[in-house]
Amino acid sequence: MKPGLAIGGVLAGVALIAALVSLVWTPYDVTVLTIAEKLQPPSAAHWLGTDHFGRDIAAMLMVGARTSLAVALVAVGIGMGLGVPLGLLAAARPGWADELTMRGNDLIFAFPSLVIAILITAVFGPSAINAIIAIGIFNIPVFARVTRGGAMSLWTLDYIRAAQVAGKGRARISAEHILPNIANLLIVQGTIQFSLGILAEAGLSYVGLGAQPPLPSWGRMLADAQTMVTLAPHVAIVPGLAIVATVLGLNLLGDGLRDALDPRLRRAR
Amino acid sequence: MARYLLKRLLSLVVSLLAASLVIFAVIEVIPGDPAAFMLGMNAAPDTVEALRDALGLNVSLPMRYLGWLGGMLTGDFGISYTYKVPVADLVADRLLISLPLAGLALLLSTAVAMPIGLLAAARRGRPADYMVMGGTQLGIAVPNFWFAMLLVLAFALHWRVFPAGGFPGWGDPLAALRALTLPAVALALPQAAILARVLRSALIETLGQDYIRTARAKGLSGAQALTRHALRNAMIPVLTILGMQFSFLLAGAIIIENVFYIPGLGRLIFQAITQRDLIVVESVVMILVFAVILVTFLTDIAYAAVDPRLRVRG
Repeated sequence: MKPGLAIGGVLAGVALIAALVSLVWTPYDVTVLTIAEKLQPPSAAHWLGTDHFGRDIAAMLMVGARTSLAVALVAVGIGMGLGVPLGLLAAARPGWADELTMRGNDLIFAFPSLVIAILITAVFGPSAINAIIAIGIFNIPVFARVTRGGAMSLWTLDYIRAAQVAGKGRARISAEHILPNIANLLIVQGTIQFSLGILAEAGLSYVGLGAQPPLPSWGRMLADAQTMVTLAPHVAIVPGLAIVATVLGLNLLGDGLRDALDPRLRRAR
Repeated sequence: MARYLLKRLLSLVVSLLAASLVIFAVIEVIPGDPAAFMLGMNAAPDTVEALRDALGLNVSLPMRYLGWLGGMLTGDFGISYTYKVPVADLVADRLLISLPLAGLALLLSTAVAMPIGLLAAARRGRPADYMVMGGTQLGIAVPNFWFAMLLVLAFALHWRVFPAGGFPGWGDPLAALRALTLPAVALALPQAAILARVLRSALIETLGQDYIRTARAKGLSGAQALTRHALRNAMIPVLTILGMQFSFLLAGAIIIENVFYIPGLGRLIFQAITQRDLIVVESVVMILVFAVILVTFLTDIAYAAVDPRLRVRG
């Protein structure tokens, strides 16, 4: 196994475990404010120190991991759930269906996820759900493109022709023969979009368009830390490191998976 | 080339119309009555009615859409509900900060990425390549607004080389550039990491082509073949990424402005959201989307200029 894949797996795994453990246990209760203990540097009692409300930063990070991972994961689900069928359709029906899907894709591409989030928030108000929808919508054309590209190259192959001759319809061929053969591509792209989603969620909640207090999120922690950066630099540094480690881990995992799943790339190296 | 240009121009117009329809639908149709929405729950009925009149809401939806579209074509974006001034004036002032910021970051990111990508491709598989690949992998993972906070901590609060925030205006260009330096660096570095990786892999792909072997065979050195032949052919994927990066940079600028308290488009739109000033939100979003679509259009044109094959295929 390549070292990148192992490092990536460990980093992403730590974030995932932290998020899961936070469901049943955190070192301190993040809903209890202890102002007397505010902005303490890392110590034996609080490994990563405390924030401006005296909340334990390690506990906040664990609950924040839950928010970040959940938002990014559901956004990938939305992107895959809608993008993959659209991409399959576009590849199976060259002509108007392809044209229509691709033009629709281009239209969504013109709306960066921040702009979608701004639009949704202006009308419905800020929430973690809006962040999910904004990032999810942005993911749709990404998956549609990857799916279409992978599927188009398969449609010219002999075994697909054979399946057509045997009387299978285009929808059935897409589901039974095309989809399993582009699963690799989708897994790799899914990992990439997952890491991009975490970055996007952090950005959105940093500017107040994502998770709202009291729900802890990494971006929100950084926004709160901004005014206290001179008093207690650790409140600004620690959540950022958590984001970097998680995103780095997912990217390494994605690269490693691509190399492991695609034999052609292995030879090219 | 003329036919290609015409086709692209047509799709530019169609994209803009489609995008404007989406924005209009979200901002003016979904809330039901925008006037009631903007005034909140406790507004008196006659106040709402007055605002409906002022906003021109008593006209049918299609007419309102056409009026909005026609207004934008003549530079009339309506009057901001909270600022009581034309939105066009508000936005123009802010654009003069946000656009130079995004442009500066794009320049910086290209200037950093080009030599790094070339170096990594030329030294493929050697220590320099591994260092570049490791460094860029880290660069991609860093959120730009957090990086901005670290820059403030180091270069504004600790060493005091650059201001920690604010914008003095373009009256003093040097001071203005100084104020934009840290934000531009924070925006540029993560994008430079992506660009350098794309350039490296595009170069490595072209380096395997026959014409590179021919170039080497006729006596060019490796460096000459790289800069004269490989680089030109590697420009297509690089241009794609540059086009996409512009929209990331513009979005990034909006976020970064919050770190530095810079009064750009970002500050304007977030204030507009909290004050429910839908007119401002609608206009700013339309301008952002317009910028992204325009850059995509320009990227397509640039492709055709770089690659004659695309012109023929149309």
